[in-house]
Amino acid sequence: MKRVFALLALVGAVAFGSPAWAEEKAAAPVAAAAEAAPAGMAGMAAAAPAAVAEAAAPAPAAAPVPPNKGDNAWVMISAALVILMSIPGLALFYGGLVRTKNMLSVLMQVFVTFSLISVLWVVYGYSAAFTEGNEFFGVLDKMFLKGVTVESVAATFSKGVNISELAYVVFQGAFAAITCGLIVGAFAERAKFAAILVFMVIWFTLSYIPMAHMVWYWAGPDAYIDAAAGEAAGKTAGFLFQKGALDFAGGTVVHINAAIAGLVGAYMVGKRTGLGNVAMAPHSLTFTMIGASLLWFGWFGFNAGSALEASGAAALAMVNTWVATSAAALSWMFAEWILKGKPSMLGAASGAVAGLVAITPAAGFVGIMGAIVIGLIAGVICLWGVNGLKKMLGADDSLDVFGVHGVGGILGAILTGVFADPALGGTGVYDYVANAVAPYDMTAQVISQLWGVGTVVVWSGVVSLVTFKLVDIVIGLRVPEEEEREGLDLTSHGESAYHH
Amino acid sequence: MKFVTAIIKPFKLDEVREALSAIGVQGITVTEVKGFGRQKGHTELYRGAEYVVDFLPKVKIEAAIKDEQLDQVIEAIEKSASTGKIGDGKIFVFDVEQVIRIRTGETGTDAL
Repeated sequence: MKRVFALLALVGAVAFGSPAWAEEKAAAPVAAAAEAAPAGMAGMAAAAPAAVAEAAAPAPAAAPVPPNKGDNAWVMISAALVILMSIPGLALFYGGLVRTKNMLSVLMQVFVTFSLISVLWVVYGYSAAFTEGNEFFGVLDKMFLKGVTVESVAATFSKGVNISELAYVVFQGAFAAITCGLIVGAFAERAKFAAILVFMVIWFTLSYIPMAHMVWYWAGPDAYIDAAAGEAAGKTAGFLFQKGALDFAGGTVVHINAAIAGLVGAYMVGKRTGLGNVAMAPHSLTFTMIGASLLWFGWFGFNAGSALEASGAAALAMVNTWVATSAAALSWMFAEWILKGKPSMLGAASGAVAGLVAITPAAGFVGIMGAIVIGLIAGVICLWGVNGLKKMLGADDSLDVFGVHGVGGILGAILTGVFADPALGGTGVYDYVANAVAPYDMTAQVISQLWGVGTVVVWSGVVSLVTFKLVDIVIGLRVPEEEEREGLDLTSHGESAYHH
Repeated sequence: MKFVTAIIKPFKLDEVREALSAIGVQGITVTEVKGFGRQKGHTELYRGAEYVVDFLPKVKIEAAIKDEQLDQVIEAIEKSASTGKIGDGKIFVFDVEQVIRIRTGETGTDAL
């Protein structure tokens, strides 16, 4: 009973304490927020040239442009696709990789994490991530989606083109939910269910929300009327957006962020009992293949949907998501064939996921050949991530969240800076002031990308470490050894995945 | 009466069943089992982690028969279950004290 109270107190402290940090910063800026919700996905950094000192206030926006029905339809379908990725896609992908006795626990962890974060997203997540605040957090003006109506619009990446803000809310919410779901793979088969839920609440609040704000929050293209207005608008954007880091669909916010939390979790929760002595082979590669395929299918919404418009950029992201993934599945499989003697289904499926992760930040910025190269490299490097690197790190990251999402995410983030170069077939970076593609400096862009990687590694690392420590003290991170041996399905949930 | 237990390769089950039916065996009991013998296990590799699988899947067949059927039954199983490779399995023969058909109460060879 005591523990239940402690747990409630902890959740309460986070959920209701969180307004505190945001409100401090809230004070000034609200005024500027026009009807159009300033919002954006990819870091289409408006490379505002160093410019005019006289800070002319941006002209007040007229009545907002009504949402484009085609773009709306695409973003809503994409949101549903991202939900398909998480449940059942991710749940089955992970579920197939654990032992029979833990199958149901993994399904449950992903399913409930998804539900939990979805609710938190509309309660305060969306507001704290996608309103104008400081460089790290938004404000809580839109708590419970206050003021977000069927009339509200969110910006896209084209001037004068809007989508319904509610479509943007669900699209972004699905991202938040799958990110938290990704983490559970790292400490599967031994973590306490209550501990996972409490961890998710805190980590979502203190790591996901600020990362999403830092990378994706900007005033929208319509604010970039001239150099001065562009500069003023640029200053309201998130920290990494201002650094010019490109992240089309969430390589840093989603994958590196979750992978670091997973890695820290694997260290903090400790190794599975019997690791190395007991066979821990995946119980159903059929489910893993179905899960990986659903991830791939849903990822078209994740990446191509991140264009926020049913545009050519969305089509580019879609083709890149298709071929980079295929290339990575092939390169992982061939590398494994050469090194270990046999081409495996798990290798091909893992390679596909590695390719999906690596192409995520690059999807709308690189050309098709760039995507193939990113995929080929990702397959091989992530194979090393789950072998050589995993041994070096020494953590029991059960389902290789770090080896695939962390390594693939970092690789993708850096290679985005390389292959976004128009000289290598990329799209370059659009300058919304000049209304043209800006001159591209690969070195500078790679440095911006490293800023993104470094920030998320440190931020997520620190938040995860503190949160796991806290949860460990209050409720304990793992189940008792006998329960672990018997399997979490029966001991944590009182059900079994299979009856045979 | 004799009781014959045979451990065979799973994919040979249908052939063995056909061979036994052909010589007039009235019924058999089949169980999916695991075990090891001279064939030993094998290793599996998942994302670079190696697992030794000690127990291989086999099928266990059990049949109660008349004494005079024994040689025919052994020959039928031997022929139909053989691949000539290691792991084909074994046949065990036991004496049976009594057989009772539950429905009618018949005993002995009448119950077979």
